[in-house]
Amino acid sequence: MRIVVVGASLAGVRTVEGLRRRDSDADVVLVGAEPEADDGVAADRPPLSKAFLAGPGVEAPPLTSRERLGALGVGLVPGRAVDLDLDRRRVGLHGGESVAFDTLVVATGSTPRTVPGLEPRPGVFSLRTAADAAAIRAACTEGARVVVVGGGFIGAEIAWTLRQLGREVAVVEPLPALMIRGLGPELGAAFTRRHAAAGVDLHLGAGVAAIEGGERVEAVALTDGTVLPADVVVLGLGTVPETGWLVGSGLDLRDGVVCDERLAAVGVEGVWAAGDVVRWRHPRYGEDVRVEHWTNAVETAGVVAANLTGAPTVHDAVPYVWTDQLGGRLQVFGRVRPQDELRVVVGDLDGSFVALTGGDGLLRSVVGYGAVKALMPFRKLLLAGAGWDEALSAA
Amino acid sequence: MHVTVDLGACQGHGVCHMSAPDVFELDETDGHAIVVADPVPAGLEADAQLGADSCPERAITVS
Repeated sequence: MRIVVVGASLAGVRTVEGLRRRDSDADVVLVGAEPEADDGVAADRPPLSKAFLAGPGVEAPPLTSRERLGALGVGLVPGRAVDLDLDRRRVGLHGGESVAFDTLVVATGSTPRTVPGLEPRPGVFSLRTAADAAAIRAACTEGARVVVVGGGFIGAEIAWTLRQLGREVAVVEPLPALMIRGLGPELGAAFTRRHAAAGVDLHLGAGVAAIEGGERVEAVALTDGTVLPADVVVLGLGTVPETGWLVGSGLDLRDGVVCDERLAAVGVEGVWAAGDVVRWRHPRYGEDVRVEHWTNAVETAGVVAANLTGAPTVHDAVPYVWTDQLGGRLQVFGRVRPQDELRVVVGDLDGSFVALTGGDGLLRSVVGYGAVKALMPFRKLLLAGAGWDEALSAA
Repeated sequence: MHVTVDLGACQGHGVCHMSAPDVFELDETDGHAIVVADPVPAGLEADAQLGADSCPERAITVS
């Protein structure tokens, strides 16, 4: 039995570790293609927009090493998967080599979204790898004027980190508030106010018309006519699942690899997926979801490892994401849907708080800022599938 | 099984407490993890391991 895991970032590494911890005696191979890492293994990514970006002197922690994988008896193949042949059970690699498998785990993650006219070039960066973060750090020298395009979790976090370093930072976001997709309009507006108070120059409801300059970036022209002088542009436009290599393989691809509740790819035998790339039927929500959070990569790896070692397991965890900005930690459990009602149950939105959202009679999410202990009881209610009234009466 | 938390690395996410509430409690003020079951009873070992794996700061060691 040979298990090949394609993708050596968090989900892939944790999958092979989980297989061995669960005493799998399979032949296990990990295929990695992280750019600029000679073994193809990624760094742990959360620090890349936080402490590592603020460095220098901060290391991007490696997820594993050749030695550790060797000690686990896991074969490491540096290389980029370019196609999948399900009939011959082989993964084709860039350069013409191929790797045979009995069972395949797709863990190729996601890659920064690009928009025509907004591609990385000198002075224009996206942030996914440790090399990206180091390049941004090096470019944002004292006095550099930075424009962050995209005001989601990553864009807002990058803006805060660079603002902390004393850089002039502007954020361009087409929606009317920062982090509105992850937090909804009301919480998004609250954090938008905080960023404004911290001196981040916000341009909401505006898009980028053009990045001006030749060899060097000189300015960013916005769709509302504003021209922002800039030395560095950081793109935070979200990510797309890395499934290009699977096109035509027979896998069902719809913004990710479509999988069942146990993370087995639908319609084929012996293919599983973990991490950002998996779109699965979430038992809790009864719909197909894809989650790009760190915690989901860990959890999906554990579910796949369990399923491959004789312990049938569904992935029904409540999503969790955190971001560090404005001097505190923002934690979101569950899903904030734009139509849901918001109640602040601890503190207030301008300080530390716990807020709940509810809809269709159920508690839908628990959001806390600087209030990890206070939100735990509500997080338990969320896990238990509590009703909205029940959650409010616990407040 | 023994479990320890590096309080210099712990950042108070509370994820370990979610995975293994009978092994990890949280400090009232800063949310830092407190081990409340060491050595870990056999029935909680899987939970403790999950808690360690889920730590975003890799502050938990299982031995």
